[in-house]
Amino acid sequence: MPVSVLLILGMGAAVGFISGLFGIGGGFLMTPLLIFLGIPPAVAVATQSAQIVASSTTSSLNALRRKALDFKLGTILVIGGFVGSVLGVWFFAAARRAGQLDLVIVISYVTLFTVVGSLMLKESVREFWTKRKGGSVRLRRKAGEHAPYLGLPMRVRFYRSKLYASVIPILGLALFVGFAGALLGIGGGFIMVPALLYVFRVPTTVVVGTSQFQIVCTTLVALILHAVANQAVDIVLASLLIVGGVFGAQFGARAGRYLRAELFRFLLALLLLAVGLRFAMELVVHPAEPFSITMQEART
Amino acid sequence: MRALVLLLMLCASLAPASAETLITSLSNHRVLITSNYTGTSIAVFGAIERDAQTISRATEYNAVVTVRGPSQYLVVREKEQMGPVWINQEQQKFPLAPSYLSVLTSAPVEEITSPQLRQRQKIGVRAIIDAPDFTNAREGADVPFRDALFRLKEKEGLYLEDERGVTFLTPSIFRASIPLPATAPPGNYDVEVTLLADTVILARTITHFELVKTGFEQQVGEVARDWSLFYGLATAVIAIFFGWVANVIFRRD
Repeated sequence: MPVSVLLILGMGAAVGFISGLFGIGGGFLMTPLLIFLGIPPAVAVATQSAQIVASSTTSSLNALRRKALDFKLGTILVIGGFVGSVLGVWFFAAARRAGQLDLVIVISYVTLFTVVGSLMLKESVREFWTKRKGGSVRLRRKAGEHAPYLGLPMRVRFYRSKLYASVIPILGLALFVGFAGALLGIGGGFIMVPALLYVFRVPTTVVVGTSQFQIVCTTLVALILHAVANQAVDIVLASLLIVGGVFGAQFGARAGRYLRAELFRFLLALLLLAVGLRFAMELVVHPAEPFSITMQEART
Repeated sequence: MRALVLLLMLCASLAPASAETLITSLSNHRVLITSNYTGTSIAVFGAIERDAQTISRATEYNAVVTVRGPSQYLVVREKEQMGPVWINQEQQKFPLAPSYLSVLTSAPVEEITSPQLRQRQKIGVRAIIDAPDFTNAREGADVPFRDALFRLKEKEGLYLEDERGVTFLTPSIFRASIPLPATAPPGNYDVEVTLLADTVILARTITHFELVKTGFEQQVGEVARDWSLFYGLATAVIAIFFGWVANVIFRRD
């Protein structure tokens, strides 16, 4: 697949910048870009997971130094994520055999992005208004107030996250994120972070570090599984993405400190919606060439 | 060039005496591809040897060079509209499609062969693609898929037909140049040369050449296939290493 080296490096840097700016992995932007560029979705998804490993390693190490990482919660998330990843890679291979992988990836992106994008847009607009009126938007847990799913059996106390909850919903969340991550080539931070914040009410300081720790572990498994089961990882493309992304992210993070948080979230929501719509176009627009060839196996 | 022709003549004189004898030779039996490969070509030389018993022919000789790359199991799928979206629905399997196919002739195939001969002897790209054993015939439903295979492969430069691909240097010596694009897969290629006159096949030879990929990209590809676990781990190590490097370089405290 001949693709310009400089283009890939540049894209890696640009997406890295955005990911540093918003404090997200950037996989959800890079994978679609690679697909729009003409790289087969299978290769794009599998290779992008290497870049996610690199960027989340950086942020995990940062969180570790700032002690903003709940290992206990992280471990539970990792276990759920592993199972999700294995299921995701298996589903990926099955869809590929059936010739519907492209469709599965595109539909998942459209759904995920429009749903998450509109939720974020709603949230950020509301936040913007309440702030205007001078109200407080801090999420605070009242004593004795707990959502019923936190009270399921197997309750565990997470001291650092100030959380006392059943592991079942936590495992479920991690399973879903791991599955989506392996299938779509995303780290899943943009699902994990809001879920931990709003559903489990984990303190903001711990959320990002813990989520990044979980992403490193599960994406690592997804990457190796993709290489073994699907042989869809391209080490050269991966290295280019990593180099571009890792450095872009640092500059993005620096630029991010001069911008306002709610404006960010608004922009990020718009970005998600835009990518989702772009994918929807792919599905709806009459294809110029309705036929496609796939090679099932080489015979020698 | 002259030495080659002389060599061909020598070989021809050793061949048993019957009607026309066809002698062919390739410029190369092994093509090495490096990572900066942009495509190449291989030359085919042919000489037609006549002896005293050979009847004289009123028409000129014509030659057809058919090159087939290693076989692949291909599936062609068609997107159809279902509700508002376009998705892959019908498919047609081509279990033994050549990855590369080129037919080079000295004149248009229609002029030098009869329709029956083309069909029976599979002369010309269309005859090969339309052959009943190429894919299962589904009462005409297979036709658009055969067309699509040709169209898509032709766009990649992997299937082609060139009616000026064979040049006669003298009435009995010809040459052809087989174009090999960068996307041509490695493996064994069969070169079939057919000699015709007045829509009748006079002689046929088959030779082979091998396309071998060397260099960095090929080694990487081999490792990815044969050592997939190691390959995955290596990619993971690269990723973690760069992640750590970035953390060290851009340390804020």
